[in-house]
Amino acid sequence: MIGPLLSVENLVAGYEPGLPIVNGASIHAGKGEIVAVLGPNGAGKSTLLKAIAGLTPVSGGRVKLGERDITRLPAHEMIEAGLAFAPQTENVFVSMSVDDNLKLAAGPLPRLLRIERIAAMYGAFPDLERQKSLIAGRLSGGQRQMLAIARAMLVQPDVLMLDEPSAGLSPKFVEIVFSKLAAIRQTGVTIVIVEQNARAALALADRVYVLVQGRNRHEGRARDLLDDPVIAALYFGGVETEAEAP
Amino acid sequence: MTLQFLVDGLMAGALIGLGAIGVTLTYSILGFANFAHGEFITFGAYATLLIASAIGAFVAGSDQSIGPLSITWAVIAASVAAIGVTGAMALALDFVLFRRLRGKSAAISLVLASFGASMAIRASLEFAFTSRPTYFARDLQIATPIGLGLKVTPDQIALLIATAVVLMATHALMTRTQVGRAMRAVAENPSLARVAGVNVDETIRVVWLLGAALACVSGVMLGLLVQIRPLMGFDLLLPLFAAAILGGIGSVPGAFLGALIIGLGEAATVQFAGAQWRAAVAFVVLIAVLIVRPSGLFGRSG
Repeated sequence: MIGPLLSVENLVAGYEPGLPIVNGASIHAGKGEIVAVLGPNGAGKSTLLKAIAGLTPVSGGRVKLGERDITRLPAHEMIEAGLAFAPQTENVFVSMSVDDNLKLAAGPLPRLLRIERIAAMYGAFPDLERQKSLIAGRLSGGQRQMLAIARAMLVQPDVLMLDEPSAGLSPKFVEIVFSKLAAIRQTGVTIVIVEQNARAALALADRVYVLVQGRNRHEGRARDLLDDPVIAALYFGGVETEAEAP
Repeated sequence: MTLQFLVDGLMAGALIGLGAIGVTLTYSILGFANFAHGEFITFGAYATLLIASAIGAFVAGSDQSIGPLSITWAVIAASVAAIGVTGAMALALDFVLFRRLRGKSAAISLVLASFGASMAIRASLEFAFTSRPTYFARDLQIATPIGLGLKVTPDQIALLIATAVVLMATHALMTRTQVGRAMRAVAENPSLARVAGVNVDETIRVVWLLGAALACVSGVMLGLLVQIRPLMGFDLLLPLFAAAILGGIGSVPGAFLGALIIGLGEAATVQFAGAQWRAAVAFVVLIAVLIVRPSGLFGRSG
């Protein structure tokens, strides 16, 4: 990794004052890198992403995108700063058409660029173009995930964060979604992904952070972590006993 | 049997509809029932009256009726200015009252705050203008037969056309512009809207402005067709909420269709059962919708 593009240092965040869910987590992601954040349920993975995205109050630590400090930047300004986020659930506007979902996301762009980018997204996701007039609530889970990724990618962010993009998808759609993410990485976009499907995430990611109780427990290259029998048994083999973690 | 209730019902429906759109937008986007919305209607009518009087005093000929209408150029110019004044009042109310409670208190706190604001605005208007009714014009209009036993006045035709234009413009705003998409996005999922780059605070201000503008137009129309008095908006509150709920909270076309149904229902009741039953119509519709289809005609169930 050559100098992190996204740098999260000792982040403390939570919904109630004095009750942090993320408790000093640190992650770093370089340009064009895919970083996976794994951990047991309740580890604070989703809250970490929401805190970085400006949706959860941050009470300590720092988030930097390049040289810019984006800690506590309002969520709606993150897009212009270069950071896009696709939440786990409710990641599209179900009462709006596919086309309106994309037009809304393209709002901050100049009009001509808006048209160009939406056309490019339809090129990248032809399934969405065929259903552009359909209400997003009628899309399948996989199609919704595609729309969420397309929405986030419209503004050509430097960093794309995704919270469990494989949740509720069939194996076929998981494969499609992950292949799209691999293609997005090829364009130089940094991807930070939170996943329960640890094996799939490890196959995709360059590096991995394992969070337990809001703190870093392990970090390293994806391949190394997958080959580590203790880590694999604890976090990726269905055994999740935090007390036994080294 | 005369079908005159159709004309009267359409007019009542148009008046209720413009107000109900504001109610449905506030309810769906800000998440509470704004009981002060009726006072926006009253405030808009009085603001227009005041500005029109000033224009009439300073601009010669502006207080002359336009053709067969009882409407003057002064009233038209004043209503445009009053839309801005009513919008500013709504924004000020949000700034000093609702903004402080939003996200920190339960919806019931906002509802009660709006109830207090409603009383304060109503009492202030009554203090300033007295409770005696007043009028934009006192000219008597002759209704023209249009067939089927129906009669309409030139004012009614003009105001129905104006309502159609305002309604189409509002629908276009909501469905074809970025501001409209932002409003729909915030109504559905404020967190996701933020992530998508929508400035939620700015969108909320637009909602207040739009709701207040439509309420002002409704107040001017009510003043032109009936009279201006401090309780005029408050008396419309039940039909406004009944129309918004009948149409489905958050649906602009639904609110207007709901208003037309209630307006026609009220007019038919007055004609066939007696004026004393008029106020019961909105109440019956409200109860029936809540029992049979709580999500309304165009609302999303669940």
